[in-house]
Amino acid sequence: MSGAEAAPATVTAARSAPVAAEPGPLREIWFRLRARPSAVVGLVIVLALVGMAVFADWIAPYDPSATNWGAVRTAPSLAHPFGTDEVGRDLLSRIIHGARASLAAGLTSVALAVTLGLPLGLLAGYAGGVIDGAIMRLTDALLAIPFLILAIALAAFLGPSLTNAMVAIGLSATSIFVRLSRAQVQAITAEEFIEAARAVGNPPWRIALRHILPNIVPAILVQATLTIAAAIIAEASLSFLGLGQQPPAPSWGSMLNVAKNFLDQAPWMAIWPGVSIFLAVLSFNLLGDGLRDALDPRQRN
Amino acid sequence: MLSFLARRIAIAVPTLVLASMIIFALQQLLPGDTATALSGEERDPEVIAFIREKYHLDRPLPVRYLLWAKGVLQGDLGESIRLQKPVIDLVAEKLPVTLQLACLAMVIALVIGVPMGIVSAVRQGTTADYVANGIALWGLSIPNFWLGIMMILFFSVYLGWLPASGYVPPSESLIDNLKAMIMPAFVLGNAIAAVMMRHTRAAMLQVLQSDYVRTARAKGVSPLGVILRHCLRNAAVPIITLGALEFGQLLSGAVLTEQIFSVPGFGKLMVDAVFNRDYATVQGVVICTATTYIVLNLMADVAYFLVNPKLRRS
Repeated sequence: MSGAEAAPATVTAARSAPVAAEPGPLREIWFRLRARPSAVVGLVIVLALVGMAVFADWIAPYDPSATNWGAVRTAPSLAHPFGTDEVGRDLLSRIIHGARASLAAGLTSVALAVTLGLPLGLLAGYAGGVIDGAIMRLTDALLAIPFLILAIALAAFLGPSLTNAMVAIGLSATSIFVRLSRAQVQAITAEEFIEAARAVGNPPWRIALRHILPNIVPAILVQATLTIAAAIIAEASLSFLGLGQQPPAPSWGSMLNVAKNFLDQAPWMAIWPGVSIFLAVLSFNLLGDGLRDALDPRQRN
Repeated sequence: MLSFLARRIAIAVPTLVLASMIIFALQQLLPGDTATALSGEERDPEVIAFIREKYHLDRPLPVRYLLWAKGVLQGDLGESIRLQKPVIDLVAEKLPVTLQLACLAMVIALVIGVPMGIVSAVRQGTTADYVANGIALWGLSIPNFWLGIMMILFFSVYLGWLPASGYVPPSESLIDNLKAMIMPAFVLGNAIAAVMMRHTRAAMLQVLQSDYVRTARAKGVSPLGVILRHCLRNAAVPIITLGALEFGQLLSGAVLTEQIFSVPGFGKLMVDAVFNRDYATVQGVVICTATTYIVLNLMADVAYFLVNPKLRRS
């Protein structure tokens, strides 16, 4: 990250990104993150989940969709450590494969929300005036419809599927990033180095991309991590309601939906999917809180 | 004061209009012919013709929106094709149930969240603070529908103390009503409690550092007196206004909670409508939610303005 090469060499004050321009920003973040045990725990669980999702085919002891009518709703045992479900599928294998739906939904929807929200927020914060007003009213309007309710409504009209659930969650979360990036841009635009960059004749697009954007990345990254946690809950909720991942493909939310009907005969069906959702959400929350402390000390208290 | 109110309303109105446009536009996402899609499963030609007429589907989109918005303003949220009832009646019927649930949940959230926030702010950096923060993180990370299922498993299936479902109106038996509502209310209040704890903690930390608190301490006001009389009173303003903004979270949560405990409220109405392809009801529920949210926001802003003399003078 060296915006300094592109900018006129004389203008050291206008060098982009005081944070990112320091040598080895990733190392710096790692050092600060490492000092927080809870963040490290979060990171380890996140990595474990990602590994589980990527290598699900190799780790899972059974085919997650293979039914076995000879072993319907069997309690946890050596052969099936988490037990089996109502059609004899191995729950451990379904949990492992279910990580794919949860992580895919969390990452994809937040990527969508950032892709849409960040440019809009940059534009609103930097352009101001009528453009700002229009974008903010639209954001307010979207925020007026509660996250999950909007996602349910969108999923209802688009039709139930994992892809549509991801689109619905992403669109519902977009306004968070518009607001955040706009507020960040406004705060940074007031700083002297932006004034300096403008004084030496940088065009607005260059100031926005070279000098403002790198400075708001930390805050966006923190918010994105925390929003992944919310998106994973949202996907599980939609799947629980039957509006996300469709059977027989495994998803933690839809597993709970089925488990709810067998609580007295097969309580183990309800325990493990919930524990998985909880751990996934907790780990992204821990990592997000840790990143906030490491990247954005102003917001700490 | 008046100019402030006028400015707030000048922002709220276009927000509401835009929200209604978004909700109206949801219809356009339906695949295929809108009237056929809106008619639900049965594809009755008579119903399709009725819908084409009712929603003016032969007119251009902006005209349709205006006609629809006019109806909404007059309290016509459309017709539930499946239940053969005006949507507004359905909403009016289900809303009190959700309101009771939401109020109980908010009480639970306040009772748990505020004291925990106070303790963790006053004892910042101690074990108590870490424990309180840990509990808040737990509350934020646990999916509330899973918590509901686990509570049913423990209190209904294992202990047999509370009914797993079966709503009783308070007019019939208040005790049975509360018995059926306590678990859903706790599940719903749990996540809000975590948010309230964090708000309270942040607000209290800010107030604790202020000069007048130091003065009060120097004057010899008892530690508890400082916390309750001087700090909490000032911290209450952001706590209350931020709490009002949790309403959306409360409604989102109610959708799932009502589904698990079969509470016949607003959220269950919406989910049932989704599965019955009863799109008018879905739209009706969403527009009621958005309107309530915007109005509550406006009220929170005004309340914040009224209780904060510093803002009033400027």
